[in-house]
Amino acid sequence: MQKICSLNDIVPETGVCALVDGLQIAVFRTRNNHLFALNNYDPFSHTNVLSRGIIGGHTEGEQEILYVASPIYKQRFNLATGQCLDDETVRIPCYAVTEQEGAVWVGGVL
Amino acid sequence: MLISKPQLIVIGNGMVGHHFIEQAIEHDLQHRYDIHVLSAENRPAYDRVYLSSYFEHKDAEQLNLVDLEAYAAAGITLHLDEKVTELNAEQKTVSTAAGHLYPYDLLVIATGSYPFVPPIEGKDHTHCHVYRTIDDLDAILAVAQTPHVKSGVVVGGGLLGLEAAKALVTLGLKTYVVEFAPQLMGVQLDAAGGELLKKKIEDLGVTVLTGKNTQAIIENAAGSDTFLTMQFTDDTTLDTDLIVFSAGIRPDDSLGRQAGLAIGQRGGIIINNACQTNLPDVYAIGECALWDNKIYGLVAPGYSMAKICAKQIAGQSGQRFEGADMSTKLKLMGVDVGSIGDAQARTKDSLSFIYQNPKTGVYKKLVTSSDSKRLLGAVLVGDTEDYGNLLQLFLNDMDLPAQPESLILPNVEKPAMGVDNLPDTATICSCYNVSKGAICASVEQGAMTLEAIKACTKASTGCGGCSQIVKDTLVSQLKKLGFEVKNHLCEHFPYSRQELYHLVRVENIHTFEELLAKHGTGHGCEVCKPTAGSIFASCWNEHVLDKPLVGLQDSNDYYLGNIQKDGTYSVVPRVTGGEINAQKLIVLGEVARDFGLYTKITGGQRVDLFGARIEQLPAIWERLINAGFESGHAYGKSLRTVKSCVGSTWCRYGVDDSVGLAIELENRYKGLRSPHKIKFGVSGCTRECAEAQGKDIGIIATENGWNLYVCGNAGMRPRHAELFAADLDKATLIQYIDRFLMFYVRTADRLQRTSVWREKIEGGLEYLQNVVIHDSLNLAAELEQQMQYIVNTYECEWKAAISDAEKLKRFKHFVNSEQPDSNIIFVPERDQIRPATVEEKALIEG
Ligand code: SRM
Ligand SMILES: Cc1cc2nc3c(=O)[nH]c(=O)nc-3n(C[C@H](O)[C@H](O)[C@H](O)COP(=O)(O)OP(=O)(O)OC[C@H]3O[C@@H](n4cnc5c(N)ncnc54)[C@H](O)[C@@H]3O)c2cc1C
Ligand code: SF4
Ligand code: FES
Repeated sequence: MQKICSLNDIVPETGVCALVDGLQIAVFRTRNNHLFALNNYDPFSHTNVLSRGIIGGHTEGEQEILYVASPIYKQRFNLATGQCLDDETVRIPCYAVTEQEGAVWVGGVL
Repeated sequence: MLISKPQLIVIGNGMVGHHFIEQAIEHDLQHRYDIHVLSAENRPAYDRVYLSSYFEHKDAEQLNLVDLEAYAAAGITLHLDEKVTELNAEQKTVSTAAGHLYPYDLLVIATGSYPFVPPIEGKDHTHCHVYRTIDDLDAILAVAQTPHVKSGVVVGGGLLGLEAAKALVTLGLKTYVVEFAPQLMGVQLDAAGGELLKKKIEDLGVTVLTGKNTQAIIENAAGSDTFLTMQFTDDTTLDTDLIVFSAGIRPDDSLGRQAGLAIGQRGGIIINNACQTNLPDVYAIGECALWDNKIYGLVAPGYSMAKICAKQIAGQSGQRFEGADMSTKLKLMGVDVGSIGDAQARTKDSLSFIYQNPKTGVYKKLVTSSDSKRLLGAVLVGDTEDYGNLLQLFLNDMDLPAQPESLILPNVEKPAMGVDNLPDTATICSCYNVSKGAICASVEQGAMTLEAIKACTKASTGCGGCSQIVKDTLVSQLKKLGFEVKNHLCEHFPYSRQELYHLVRVENIHTFEELLAKHGTGHGCEVCKPTAGSIFASCWNEHVLDKPLVGLQDSNDYYLGNIQKDGTYSVVPRVTGGEINAQKLIVLGEVARDFGLYTKITGGQRVDLFGARIEQLPAIWERLINAGFESGHAYGKSLRTVKSCVGSTWCRYGVDDSVGLAIELENRYKGLRSPHKIKFGVSGCTRECAEAQGKDIGIIATENGWNLYVCGNAGMRPRHAELFAADLDKATLIQYIDRFLMFYVRTADRLQRTSVWREKIEGGLEYLQNVVIHDSLNLAAELEQQMQYIVNTYECEWKAAISDAEKLKRFKHFVNSEQPDSNIIFVPERDQIRPATVEEKALIEG
């Protein structure tokens, strides 16, 4: 795992993009301080922008799925799995992420 | 030889004549008859009820009612410009001015009526006209646009006269209404209602002269101030340039008279319940027909006659014309007026209940039976919200509540009188005679929206007076069918945007977390977060990048620039009113050159610099701000541009300084966050080079001030702006715009431009005028104060951002590296850059 920034560098309910071993990884922090990490590449617009999307929630049955909506064409990606909610054939890589002593750490592909 | 079908001749292709043809097609009459329509006018039937709108769009096509293909498909021949001059009932032929002769087996006379012009000396002057046809309006328009024509008089203060007066105001003329009777709208209103109406109309700048009898119209000598002088019997005079007669209508019964048909004492071809004249093979329908000694000057009764006439000819003799209700609801010059049944309380022993509020200019009267159990009539001036309910009580002869006055008193819990209480037979739309049962049935068959109901039942496509009650019926029926009817923002908030706005304001909520905790569920999403962000900005005007707010912003607001297809951003500095000096132009050029940006002149009179990477944005903006530029809010749902034309400072036609006003307005409203973007235009004269009538707010200079137009749109669904108020001084103009915009901010749905908002507003333009100009909701002061707060707390978002280290942290592609995004690649084109395509990138990287 790699240390990418301090927790305070990520405003709650937003994301940042980290460069990890040449990979662009979008790291999100929710208002409850849950952390998620996805590849930053939006396969629909072919741009590295997912860290700039809005975090949202969608409840189906009991469970609320958290997702990020791409800032370009608004497709939504499940923060925990990388699954696209608007196109079941699309799934983007997601990564391990954790906070230790105020720092955010990102690790290999899940 | 072909044996030809019997001949059915229709004289007149007005509203009723045309409706007859529609009904004839419905009953397949074209298979039994050879149908010919002879029309004196040179265009197919058009919507006379909306005639006045012609002055706004000047497009006859928009009023057209006839689908020529449907006529042709049914084999019906429409002969235009074919005025019938003779009816020979013995030979059963009609002949026309063009010299054609048509034999008939059945004849339908639908010649309508003509405007009555009192026999006054001078009435035929070329500046005197009537108000009935598109040709009449063209003639009025031509006079109004003659040099030196400044004022106009309408003779007649009835329903149509006031409508004509409104049109003259729209044409920019100083307008007078001259009425013979002591009050306005004597047919529909009682004396007190007429007096209040007069006051309201005078408030709009129209001079109303009642009790005036015109004796002569005299042409003034060349070189006089005005073209005409009117002389009244009381020896007073009035100078004017144009006269429009609207002194009542007379049935056009000349063909009937000539052929010896039975004619009423005061005119009109007498018909029976089957719409037949005294000759069984001749029918008469519409305004030329006299039934039970009555001429109906409204379109709905004419449509019923047309329907019954077609049924009779089709052999369904059961249906009879049984008279029609003459209740009317109108908006005259922004004043709501309604009249139902026996408005004058002429019924013996009837009781009148009256509510009058001199402050708001509202007058309401109920006329009931002596036991106060039945509604006999009503008058409403200034507020017609109760019209639909009252009309239903009246038409269906329903029981009144124990305290009938509660029906018209304000702030009183209205007795439940919803559509649910109406019988299925109740007529909801009287223009097209659509019952509640018919609407419910169409909902059951899948018509789930007002539009769908309009399409399949025609309800609410005539005068529009029934639209609220049609909607209520729809909602109630949907609920009955088990549908949930809601206008919720998204799954997290069971409220509309307007409701959320009020909650935020009333409860002084400043963060999404608080709003969610108090009124929502779940996490929030890309719909409710930006909406809440926009509402907070409209209410409190805190910086959009302040910490608790930043997570709510769309990426455009998040980086204070529009994101482009390759993930770069655009930079659009404000150029107020489109005016820019050489020095600033040079700076724009230098910045573009130094940062390698693509430049383009936008459609909004400013310059867009494209291709900025996020890490470049602060440095670019710093340069611009140091040169005196500000954020242009090209990224926000907020005021965009105030487009101007060059105006009176340079243009030889300019009447006022449009650039100066545009700059002042742009500086006033810049930074205002709203449900969607807002654009203005200011033109220096009616040539309208700033295209102000395609903007949310349009302003056009006149000789006497500024005309204010609202709710235009030039984007996805273009919509002409409508004249909101005329000849305003600057202070009043700004006051109205303050109120108007704040009211929009407060009530519109998410991402609803003013044009769509306006179309959804119950009561339309007049309602808005009442709110903004007449302060009917008692909100004006509050709206102005809220706008002033926004104006006072304005700050350039970019200036604030670059002077705040915390905010600047975000303007980096990587949180842990200074490297740029290697995926952003430009290629040259036409001496500038553009984003490389995916294929080009593959080649370059490969
Ligand atoms: C740059 C510009 C085109 C140009 O090269 O001229 C432009 C560019 C965009 N327009 Fe526009 N519009 C531009 C003038 C217009 C105009 C003309 C005008 O303002 O006089 C219109 C029609 C007028 C109107 O709004 O009624 C116009 C109607 C739209 C619409 C349709 C809005 C509607 O309600 O119908 C959209 C879509 C939307 O906003 O939802 C849109 C959206 C966009 C967006 C924001 C699309 C997007 O989300 O990326 C474009 C991005 C601009 C950028 O990245 O900076 N743009 N757009 C113009 C910028 C003007 C400025 O100085 O701010
Ligand atoms: C400005 C204005 C506003 C109005 N607003 C409303 C409203 O809000 N609500 C409402 O209910 N009603 C309103 N009306 C009234 C409504 O327009 C009429 O009731 C309706 O048009 C009557 O239809 P009609 O077919 O009988 O007559 P018309 O529409 O007048 O049609 C008669 C046609 O017959 C033609 N014709 C006449 N003589 C001959 C001939 N000899 N040979 C061939 N053709 C001939 C005429 O040229 C005309 O085209 C308004 C009218 C006007 C002018
Ligand atoms: S018209 Fe379409 S493509 Fe052109 S700038 Fe506007 S939004 Fe973009
Ligand atoms: S009552 Fe006129 S449209 Fe329905």
